[in-house]
Amino acid sequence: MSGLSAASPPATMPHSWASAWSWARTNLFASPAGAIVSIAMFAAIASGLVAAVDWAILNANWAATGAEPCRRAIGACWAVIPEKYRVMLFGFYAYDEHWRPALAIIVFVAAAGITGIPRFWRWQITVPLWISVAITIFLLLRGGVLGLTHQETALWGGLPLTLIIFSAQLALGLPLGVLLALGRRSSLPAISIGCVILIEGVRAVPPIALLFFAAIVSPLFLPPGTDMDKLLRVIVAMVILQACLQAEVVRGGLQAVPDGQTEAASALGLGHWATLWTVILPQALRTVIPGLTNQIIQAFKNSTLVIIVGMFDFLNTTTAAISDPKWIRFFVEAYVFAAVVYFCGCWLISAYGRFLEEYFKLVRN
Amino acid sequence: MRLVALPQDRQVRRIAVQALAVCVFATAAWYFASNAEENLRNQGIAYGLSFLGSEAGFAIGESWIAYSARSSYARALVVGLLNTLYVSIAAILLTTILGTLIGVARVSRYWLLAKASFVYVELFRNIPILLQVFFWSAMTRRLPPPREAILWGDGFVLSNHGFVHPVPTYDPAYRWIGLATIVGLIAAWLVIRWSRHVRDRTGTAPRVHWVAAVLVVGCPLVTWIGYGAPLTWDVPYLKGFDFVGGTTHSPEFMAILIALVAYTSAFAAEIVRSGIESVDRGQFDAARSLGLKEPTILIRIVLPQALRVIVPPMTTQYLNLLKDSSLGVAIGYPELVNITNTSINQTGQAIELILVMMSVYLFLSILISTITNLFNRANMRKGQGR
Repeated sequence: MSGLSAASPPATMPHSWASAWSWARTNLFASPAGAIVSIAMFAAIASGLVAAVDWAILNANWAATGAEPCRRAIGACWAVIPEKYRVMLFGFYAYDEHWRPALAIIVFVAAAGITGIPRFWRWQITVPLWISVAITIFLLLRGGVLGLTHQETALWGGLPLTLIIFSAQLALGLPLGVLLALGRRSSLPAISIGCVILIEGVRAVPPIALLFFAAIVSPLFLPPGTDMDKLLRVIVAMVILQACLQAEVVRGGLQAVPDGQTEAASALGLGHWATLWTVILPQALRTVIPGLTNQIIQAFKNSTLVIIVGMFDFLNTTTAAISDPKWIRFFVEAYVFAAVVYFCGCWLISAYGRFLEEYFKLVRN
Repeated sequence: MRLVALPQDRQVRRIAVQALAVCVFATAAWYFASNAEENLRNQGIAYGLSFLGSEAGFAIGESWIAYSARSSYARALVVGLLNTLYVSIAAILLTTILGTLIGVARVSRYWLLAKASFVYVELFRNIPILLQVFFWSAMTRRLPPPREAILWGDGFVLSNHGFVHPVPTYDPAYRWIGLATIVGLIAAWLVIRWSRHVRDRTGTAPRVHWVAAVLVVGCPLVTWIGYGAPLTWDVPYLKGFDFVGGTTHSPEFMAILIALVAYTSAFAAEIVRSGIESVDRGQFDAARSLGLKEPTILIRIVLPQALRVIVPPMTTQYLNLLKDSSLGVAIGYPELVNITNTSINQTGQAIELILVMMSVYLFLSILISTITNLFNRANMRKGQGR
């Protein structure tokens, strides 16, 4: 097949110049057509790279002190990042209190780091840890205690908001998704039909329709006079969305566990819930780690959708930073920076997912 | 004293749990509904869909049907729906093409091509689509004004007013050419059916590919020539501060289209790759040892088997794309969510409008999955020789 091969050749770089030529002959210049493709690709990649390096590094202005010298730069003007990083990271949170969201990020990262280590995977550690982390971050950002000034949730923004929405989706959405998946497979028709309607209904409409519902319509369904926080309503919507998406992934895992496992467990005298908790779920969740990882990456990217209902997450504070007329022409630099941040986040999640897969393979063998 | 035997006990418990679930749900529904009724009464909003007939009062930038600020809300929503469908269908077609090319390139034996497409996939699927929408929107706004527009050839114009290109001027003959195309397609289909019929009876199929191709291309072509080959192009030209003539694609449309295609094709490419890789190496070898030619192997052996793996996840991606097209609201592309949002702000009929919008998306989702499921079922049957 021209250009197609079912068994790809080992696409690793060669180790010496002697083998380099034979490697190039099989992988780059296997046929006249292949040689043309490779040379054309090389030209395209090389010219693209040269242009990118020219713009981003060689012709870039790294240390401009204002928008005026920036305008004279031929390439990128990265000065927009140091100039605007406070707005991008913390949004419209009171300027003098920025140490609070900064501390909140540090607390979050430390807790996430601890939870990532297999040695600490015990309910007795992780659950109290995250409950106290959630309370700490909430009190730190909101204030009103220990002499901290009160800051409304409407002012919360930037990276802390992105992390709050993401971690709520992960910490609450995933367990709820497991429950929904179990409910969908329940032998009780009332339960399974209810779960199917919720899961399929939420999955069929755009996420931002749910956010509109949470932001605009949901107050109508609450008792007159109640004022439920908008951030809380939006988080509830995002958690339900994530739960319904994860439920489908988990269902795939539940279907992959052979019936013999349930039968063996009940032959040993295990009850329904004990079988689920100790036999079925561990196997089901392990088989779908790649799917869960993908969905968690999706949750991280979905946290940007809250912009549509006027919340200032990291992407929106970036947009706000370049809406300053003096800096508006440097939007490419700001968006490239935001893209790098999101890319690194997604990459971290997927790397951790691969680690988990390897880890459980080792544990099983 | 035992009133119920044990097996029945389990039955009773099952019914009790379900009855409890239904009760909880009904109570919650009643509670929320009564709250909503009271809230709406306090705000003086009459519920119902009668507002759909009243004058919308806002203008919409681009529309496929006649629309003005004096048209009704119902018509405004239809305009939004058509714009959603337009950008989704265009993006689905482009995503399928680009995703297939990149997916095939991923398994290419040419190292550079394979690596470049790998980088594309990793880059575009790990950046939130909303960021990409914002980026392309900012890019299109930063294009030069029409007077300094970027020009390609004769009449292809790119400016901050959008992308303009020539279109053929309408001629009455085009209606008959359209009819002739349909006639040609039906005739070709009949010829192919006849060929299959003969094959089933005698074992050898008459070669009709060329006849079918000539019918499909020839019918409209002959009609066109018969009408004196009418073809004049409506070429855009600069008049005052803007271009007139041709067809204009707005900057918002371009931005959302590029973002949708760039983002979704990264996922589509991975699906195509896994489809190709799912076909066993032995299938190539067996086909080759039977003396089949390479294009035949691709079309008759690899593709049908790969499609079986590709179609179900691809359906999910098409549905995601349809849902992501709603992000047009963030940059002012007048699609369904955008029009719904404007209508809510003007009328306050939030519940009704959101329900209308959600049911439209629900209907479209079911439609897309039904079509692809039908296609998948037909393909399954073909592949398994049943």
